[in-house]
Amino acid sequence: MYPITRKEKLADKIFLMDVKAPRVAEYCLPGQFIIAKIDETGERIPLTICDYDREAGTITIVFQTVGASTVKMAALEEGDAFQDFVGPLGQPSELCMEENLEETRKKKIVFIAGGVGTAPVYPQVKWLKEHDIDVTVIMGSRTKDLLFYVDEMRAVAGQLCVTTDDGSYGFHGMGTNQLQALVDEGQTFDWCVAIGPMIMMKFVCKLTKELGIPTIVSMNPIMVDGTGMCGACRLVVGDKVKFACVDGPEFDGHLVDFDQAMARQQQYKTEEGRAMLALQEGETHHGGCGNCGGDE
Amino acid sequence: MDGFVRVPVSEQDPQVRATNFEEVCLGYTMEEAMEEASRCLNCKNAQCVKGCPVSIQIPDFIAAVKDGDIEKAYQVISESSALPAVCGRVCPQESQCEGKCIRGIKGDAVSIGKLERFTADWAREHGIKPQVKAEKNGHKVAVIGSGPAGLTCAGDLAKLGYDVTIFEALHEAGGVLVYGIPEFRLPKEKVVAAEVENVKALGVKIETNVVIGKSITIDELMEEEGFEAVFIGSGAGLPRFMGIPGEQANGVFSANEFLTRNNLMKAFKNYDTPIARGKKVVVVGGGNVAMDAARTALRLGAEVHIVYRRGEAELPARVEEVHHAKEEGVIFDLLQNPTEILVDEKGWVKGVRIIKMELGEPDASGRRSPVEIEGSEYDMEADTVIMSLGTSPNPLISSTTKGLDVNRRGCIVAEDDGSTSKVAVYAGGDAVTGAATVILAMGAGKAAAAGIDEYFKNRD
Repeated sequence: MYPITRKEKLADKIFLMDVKAPRVAEYCLPGQFIIAKIDETGERIPLTICDYDREAGTITIVFQTVGASTVKMAALEEGDAFQDFVGPLGQPSELCMEENLEETRKKKIVFIAGGVGTAPVYPQVKWLKEHDIDVTVIMGSRTKDLLFYVDEMRAVAGQLCVTTDDGSYGFHGMGTNQLQALVDEGQTFDWCVAIGPMIMMKFVCKLTKELGIPTIVSMNPIMVDGTGMCGACRLVVGDKVKFACVDGPEFDGHLVDFDQAMARQQQYKTEEGRAMLALQEGETHHGGCGNCGGDE
Repeated sequence: MDGFVRVPVSEQDPQVRATNFEEVCLGYTMEEAMEEASRCLNCKNAQCVKGCPVSIQIPDFIAAVKDGDIEKAYQVISESSALPAVCGRVCPQESQCEGKCIRGIKGDAVSIGKLERFTADWAREHGIKPQVKAEKNGHKVAVIGSGPAGLTCAGDLAKLGYDVTIFEALHEAGGVLVYGIPEFRLPKEKVVAAEVENVKALGVKIETNVVIGKSITIDELMEEEGFEAVFIGSGAGLPRFMGIPGEQANGVFSANEFLTRNNLMKAFKNYDTPIARGKKVVVVGGGNVAMDAARTALRLGAEVHIVYRRGEAELPARVEEVHHAKEEGVIFDLLQNPTEILVDEKGWVKGVRIIKMELGEPDASGRRSPVEIEGSEYDMEADTVIMSLGTSPNPLISSTTKGLDVNRRGCIVAEDDGSTSKVAVYAGGDAVTGAATVILAMGAGKAAAAGIDEYFKNRD
């Protein structure tokens, strides 16, 4: 069993947990993910690693309740335990590798985090800060109440821009608007990392392609085993079929076929499920999260 | 004609079983087993033993069954096999032990597999465990993967006194026995879990949720955790796809994904993991995995077609599996091959474009290679397509282990005794051969256990 040593509610429907998993904490790196399974009947849920403490042997995960399994997970409290917790899985972020430090130092990097994607951006920015590399971070959400990690991010980012779609906090607009604004001001970037809902990553990539900024995205497709066995997470990158679990989860965003990846995410969504989500989310439901399939 | 025909084994009615996940074969009763055992000629130069990859002393165990001494029969089998209840169910006996049986020359071979199954089931039901007699020798060995190769290697090493830990990437031990082979062929709780418990009873430790190559590497296991030797039985790996248009559409699955959702994640029992219960399912491929996927889809309520590019005689699946699939209502569309998956405007499968084939000259494998018949394409309606085309090796271990050689196809290179290019590292099973059978993996696990024992003897 893998006990939960800390639980916090970061924002509406967004939760943080520290989970004791020494084997995962010992060698994990930013960019990698874990798979958690709550109990005997539970699904295997892939989640990007948001922080780690090698000494305490803990992994920090952040998740948003989007379906039955994440709702079930949010009901767990400190002292409860996951039946299964495996990782680290996938490739570490290339930016956060000692052997690439020389190259990374030369880059002017901008991170764009959308929604719960702020969580996996954090350890990368923190790692870079620890290696004396200052980066720009644009983090956004739909509205003020959904923002989290603002202070934590400010502590590790060279420049932090916070955006909300409704203008209730920070820059009024989306991450793409903010990036465009920075570029218009005369700031230059030669590397971008975008993590968030697929629809957001798609539009960031559309913009950075125009701006000529190479962009890395972290894909979160449907997975089962997470070790390369099932092929559920396959996606088209360039003209090749890749498995997000072993080849990714980070890919060249300018080569990812987002429309297909978003369609594939809908495989197990039912009409009823979508209706339920629309009901629960009320006014904040705009169908663009890449999770529910949208309102068609 | 007495003695020429084997005692038939009872099975669930095909119409009934096509709608449930209960085991198809019901096994022998004691009377039936003793009667079948009496057909064994107890050959001096037993050919059946030569046909067994783990060399079970078959005439000895059958003689014990004939006498009604099932406990003795079980101990005879246990000397050679850690998984008799599994092997009695899934081994291709017709091409191994039973294929060599003298009885088979004029009449039916002795039903060795069904007798092995009966013996193992009886032992389990009567609480009989394999005997352990070895003294601990203090040497630590790591086994990677808890499938048939790993469990066999670990069991044999434990019997020789080694301190063995199995590392399993998934949350449950058993490998392909758990995620791949369905419940109706191999019950998970009753058979697989019980055999895993038997291996643990020999002193083997099993640590689940450890992905070697990610959580920790082989070099780290040896340098930091004190393991003096390692056996790699990590299995086959990444599923292959055809590379035809439409393959990324919703509703196209690898057989591995479909079976893992159903078997490991127990979608059929309404656990939380969803599965596509198609209305009309096309399974592409003709191996045992294709049969498993087809029969699973059938039980989930679909009309199922197997599309295979060669003919019936070339089907790689066991005859018994093909027979069972047909009985249950799986439709075989042979000498046909998909050329495109047809996709609707929302990205879902709506059909398969299929071309008819004829057999041409024999290819490198000796089988006649299929050739497309020009102009024979037609469209078959379908909402689900399951690709069962085999696997290619997973690079997780080979790419993270210094000095471990792989061949052109990416399989780990190992000698007959399991030794690899790296000292004290052995390998066997699908990780070495590519996708094969449970019993071949067990044979390799067994050979590697002997190889590892030999390595320590020479070293110390």
